[in-house]
Order: sequence, then structure tokens, then C-alpha cells
Amino acid sequence: MHDGRGAPATSRLLRFDMAQRIAHWANAALFGVLVLTALPLYFPSVERVVGRHVLVATVHVWAGIALPLPLLVSLVGPWGARMRRDVRRFNRWTRAELEWLRRLGGGDRRKLDKFNPGQKLNAIFVGGSIVVFLASGVVLKWFGLFPVGWRTGATFVHEVLAYLFVAVVLGHVVMALTHRDALRSMARGWVTVTWARRNAPRWAREELGAERADEPQMVAQDPVRVPD
Amino acid sequence: MVVPRGPAPPARQALPGKPEKTVAVGRRVFLGMVALGAAGIAFGSAVQGRVGRALGSGLAGILPGGDLFQIYSVSNTFPAIAPGAYRLKISGLVEHPTTLTLADLEAMPRVRFVKTFQCVTGWRVPGVPWEGVRLSHVLDTVGVRPGAVALSFDSFDGVDTESLTLAQARLPDVIVATRMLDAPITTVHGGPVRLYVAPMFGYKSLKWLSGIRVVDAVEPGYWEQYGYPVNGWLDGSTTAAPPRGV
Repeated sequence: MHDGRGAPATSRLLRFDMAQRIAHWANAALFGVLVLTALPLYFPSVERVVGRHVLVATVHVWAGIALPLPLLVSLVGPWGARMRRDVRRFNRWTRAELEWLRRLGGGDRRKLDKFNPGQKLNAIFVGGSIVVFLASGVVLKWFGLFPVGWRTGATFVHEVLAYLFVAVVLGHVVMALTHRDALRSMARGWVTVTWARRNAPRWAREELGAERADEPQMVAQDPVRVPD
Repeated sequence: MVVPRGPAPPARQALPGKPEKTVAVGRRVFLGMVALGAAGIAFGSAVQGRVGRALGSGLAGILPGGDLFQIYSVSNTFPAIAPGAYRLKISGLVEHPTTLTLADLEAMPRVRFVKTFQCVTGWRVPGVPWEGVRLSHVLDTVGVRPGAVALSFDSFDGVDTESLTLAQARLPDVIVATRMLDAPITTVHGGPVRLYVAPMFGYKSLKWLSGIRVVDAVEPGYWEQYGYPVNGWLDGSTTAAPPRGV
């Protein structure tokens, strides 16, 4: 057990604090419930097996209403400092990052931020999706307040976005499963300095200062990468 | 747990060299999505119609947004009824309480029309051919007794119920449907016999029609318990009397 200021901590960097991790997994769980309950509401073949239309619809609506809460709660209050800083990172892009995206991952790695442009886009897309799902969902749930044309439009938006969203989340899950260091950082919070230098050099320089971040990689000192 | 708290990131640490210029890409993408979503809600029904027509019904069945039915069942199952075993029981304030078979219904004068099926929550399927017997004809056959005000409909699913006033039931495009999409009505669509109330939202068109009771007061149906209007006219009006143009 160490206090995070001892030697081992210097080879680890905190990527996501507890508030962010809880927010992420609560958000993921809510989306999971929403997708699962959407299946019978949308596909007759599933509805035939599941039934209980009103119950399923009620769970879907409540999960939808709760959807913005994890991220909103993680953004406010004293526990939200790191989250707010990361949201600023999602927002502000350098020219190098735009170039990186244009070349689909090509370009200068050394200029990569804590999140690469693909990860930033993923986060922005999820945030935008929550707003659009919620707005169109409100029209569908409280349909009496809106003209019929809007209800049809909301159905259209809700469905098209659902397809896009599932595709993006599947991509997100595949990336997470094939990048175990990044996945672990969402489970336990930290990445290794080695990982940060390689994948998020600009962030590593911010956290460690220019000299240490540019030191040659010290794999042997890294507790999670024990040499054979 | 060996989860160190890592060094606190220095606030706005001055990086060596000149500060890099940044663009608010995140905000633009986010607001763009929200604007697109709002436009889709406001104008999406027009786009959806055009997309559906451009793709044809084949693709529209696979793709989202191309008009397709969403199948509702309020009970836990879809009641499967063999056409030969089908019975429609007509009771209540009638001269001749009757039980009709599918063959009886098919022997009655038939009407066919093509209409958009419109759900109250917004999804719709344009150009659906419907075929069956006018409810008014069925009522004339059994004879409605004085004092009758409304009809209550029961479903083989044992849960769903619906209601119409006598005047609503006598509208020419309110039918006991035996064919839909130019074929016998499938089980998921409420076959072999369902109600089709063309001037109202889809929930009024009760599936798996098992019984018609002629009664002296409107009995609100299943969906009405969940806040749906008893009179669900397609133009949004909720009065018992049909809106102009119906």
C-alpha cells in the first residue's frame, strides 16, 4: 500500500477519477437498459417473446429520464473538477488534432492530448446523443403536447439516432477491449507513464513537466510491466 | 486497492513555447447534433416520407425511418387463432345476439380502401390496403335496440379493450377487417379479424377482435387508462363528435 506519492505512483498517472468512473459506468448501464428495452419496443420478433409492452415501455421511459443525471452530477460540485477539465479538452482542438482526424489517425503522435481526436468525437457524440434522445423521447412520451408531424419527426430522429448510436458504442467497446490499458483506466483510474508518453504525450508533458515526460522510457520501473 | 491519486494536474500550467491556438470543435459538433435533431423532429416527417418512397418498401422494412409497423401487444403473447376456429360474439343491447364465423363475415358486403396507419406516438405506415365489413352493416344485421349509446370491443388477448360511440361506429371507414396488406391479417397484426377505425389513431383499431358489446354508456378502453384520449381523432381533436371532414 502506498499513498500515491511514493515511487510506484510516479510511474502511474490518474486518467479518470472516481467521479468520472462512476459517471461513465452509470451512463453505460442506463444506455444498456435503454437498448435492451428498446429491442422489444421496436422489433416484433422480440416483442413476441418478451411481451409486457407497458412494463417495458415504462422502464425505457424512466431510464431515459435518468440518462442525463450521471454526467450532469459528475460535472457539478467539488468532485467535478477533473470532469470539467476533460470536457474542455473535448471541446478545444489544436490544428494538429484536426489534421490527425483528417488523416484518420495519421500525423504527429507527439501532439496528442489526453484523448485522441477519435475519443474526443466519441465523447461529444454521446453527449449530443443524450440531448437528442431526450428531446425526441419527450415528444414521444408526452405526445399530446405536440403536433402529429412532430411526433412522426421525433420517431424518425429517435430511430435513426439509435442505429447510429449502437454502431458507435459497438466501435467504442471493440476499441476498449483491444486497448486494455485504456479500459483499465476506466475501471481502476490509472494508466502507466509509459502508456501516457506513447498515447497521450501532450498530456504526459502537462502532468509530468517537459523533462520527465521526454525521458527515455523506463519500462523496468513500471510496476505493471514487469520484465520477463 | 493500489490506486494512487497521481499528482494533481497543475492548473493551466504554462507550457514551454507559445500557447497553441485551438478551435472549439467539440461545441460545434455538439450544437450541430442538437440542431440536426431539432430539425429532424420539426421536419423529419417530410424527409421520412421521401426516404421511404425513394427506397421502396423492400428496403424500408429493414432500414430505420423507412415506414414500418411497430407491433404492439398489451398482453404477454400474441393470441394465435386458427381462421376456422374464429368466432365473433355480438351481445348486449341487440335484437339478435349472434356469433359470427370468419366465413359469415366474408359473406357480407365488403369494402376496401388504402389508408395511412397512424400511431398516436408518431410512427405511421402510409398506403396500407384494408378490407372488411363496415361495422354499420354488422350492427344493422344484428339490430341495435333503443337505449344503445356505445360499443365495447374485446380482444382474444384477454386484456385489450376499446370503445366507440354508436355514431362513430357507423362512420363508413370503420370496419371489421378481415384482410390487410392484400392478404389475410397475420397474427402479429391482429388477425384473423381486427377492428380498423380509419379516422382515429392506431390504438383504437383493436387487434384480435373477439367480441362486440352494445352498451348504454362509453366504457373507456385499455389504452385510455394510460392517458390516451377516448376519442382519438387523427387531427388531434378529442370530442365524441367527428371533426369536420370526417
